[in-house]
Amino acid sequence: MTDLELSGLKRLGLHDLHVGLGGKMVPFAGYEMPVQYPTGVMKEHLHTRAEAGLFDVSHMGQVILRPKGSYEATALAFEALMPVDVLGVKPGRQRYGMFTNDQGGILDDLMFANRSDHIFVVVNAGCKEADVAHMRAHLTDACTVEYITDRALLALQGPAAEAALARHVPGVAAMKFMDVAVLDWQGAAMWISRSGYTGEDGFEISVPQGRAEAFARALLAEPEVLPIGLGARDSLRLEAGLCLYGHDITTTTTPVEADLTWAIQKARRAGGARAGGFPGAARILDELANGPARKRVGLQPEGRAPMRDHTPLFALDGTPVGEISSGGYGPSVDGPIAMGYVATAHATIGTRLLGEVRGKRLAVTVAPLVFNPTTYKR
Amino acid sequence: MKYTEEHEWLRVEGDLVVVGITEHASTALGDVVFVELPELETVVATGDEVVVIESVKAASEILAPVDGEIVAVNTALVDNPGLVNEDPLGSWFFKMKVDDLSVLDAFMDEDAYNELIG
Repeated sequence: MTDLELSGLKRLGLHDLHVGLGGKMVPFAGYEMPVQYPTGVMKEHLHTRAEAGLFDVSHMGQVILRPKGSYEATALAFEALMPVDVLGVKPGRQRYGMFTNDQGGILDDLMFANRSDHIFVVVNAGCKEADVAHMRAHLTDACTVEYITDRALLALQGPAAEAALARHVPGVAAMKFMDVAVLDWQGAAMWISRSGYTGEDGFEISVPQGRAEAFARALLAEPEVLPIGLGARDSLRLEAGLCLYGHDITTTTTPVEADLTWAIQKARRAGGARAGGFPGAARILDELANGPARKRVGLQPEGRAPMRDHTPLFALDGTPVGEISSGGYGPSVDGPIAMGYVATAHATIGTRLLGEVRGKRLAVTVAPLVFNPTTYKR
Repeated sequence: MKYTEEHEWLRVEGDLVVVGITEHASTALGDVVFVELPELETVVATGDEVVVIESVKAASEILAPVDGEIVAVNTALVDNPGLVNEDPLGSWFFKMKVDDLSVLDAFMDEDAYNELIG
């Protein structure tokens, strides 16, 4: 990687820390990001599952929706952008959601939290400018859309995350999966959620930028904690069956096709208290009732060869049935794993298909999306 | 030992050319998780894709450095792809029979290679 290739990219607030830790910086979503540290992707992945890994996810967008009137009016306005029950999220709780377009496709997926007098939203780096514009275009009557640019976002993930973080911020031990809280660390207000994107228990922590390096160093000084790059973040989320926006979910995949129906609560479904009323409702409600034409599934190659994104999939008789959307090697599974979209008739777990890798059609079996059991603290 | 611009090392063993990848290449690839070797007795031309190496990050290939015939492959790498990272110089991928070993003269020596990777 030459300097030339990295020119024009934004730098993270913790850039110098990453470089000092030996991070290999690569372009991602307009930022120079550490793809790995000297530990290497494989060991970083396994370390996160065994102990705790610290990820810098400050490239993601942090947004506050601050009501001009009532919280409820803001929640209802936000609901009009997503097939998700926003109003039903209790104070101190977070939920997964996605902005949809008029065709039912996904503009972005996100996390949002009820923080009593406002909603805190975290969106993907690659979509954040568009997301902020989208929210400003649709929510301005109900709330102000504050794009937060003076905070870093760190994720501490893994079975030892609670122990390591609680030494600095004791209040986190009482939090449960998808709880949010504002807790103090040496006078700084830390916006903490018990969540993440690795399939492990853990936390995402929004830190004032001026305190972020000291906080990151304090966590890295804990014996359980290693810095983890984007490479392991990708293999961890793949093993956990979690979608990568732009690959596994896009403007042309609906939440039902993406097997995200668990994120569409009863209130927004046919017969629910606030059924429909979100972009693409006609298609999404129809797919909920009648099933989608294709579906995102887990895919387990039978051999050792990884099947990467865009690998074409065929039925055993040679009929094209879909394509892999994310794939690679799962260090905890110790083998190749993938996810992709296949025609519903071929989407049953256990169905054998063929994936074309370098001109050869290799056997691959439809599998549950979660390859490595999740360990969320519910 | 000779080196190619594609970061392969070439070693002469009797009348055969033994091919592996350099430490620089194995570090750049990252953790190797899959190796696909050619069939024995395959006749290959310079630049043909002979070996597929997949790391956690991406797929890459080893190209035939010279014309020749594949006469041996290191199946230990198929069973344990991590050997490529642990011992790149000891992890040969294949051995080729070539018409004339002097074709190797055109490749870089160690000093020239070290200069390339700087």
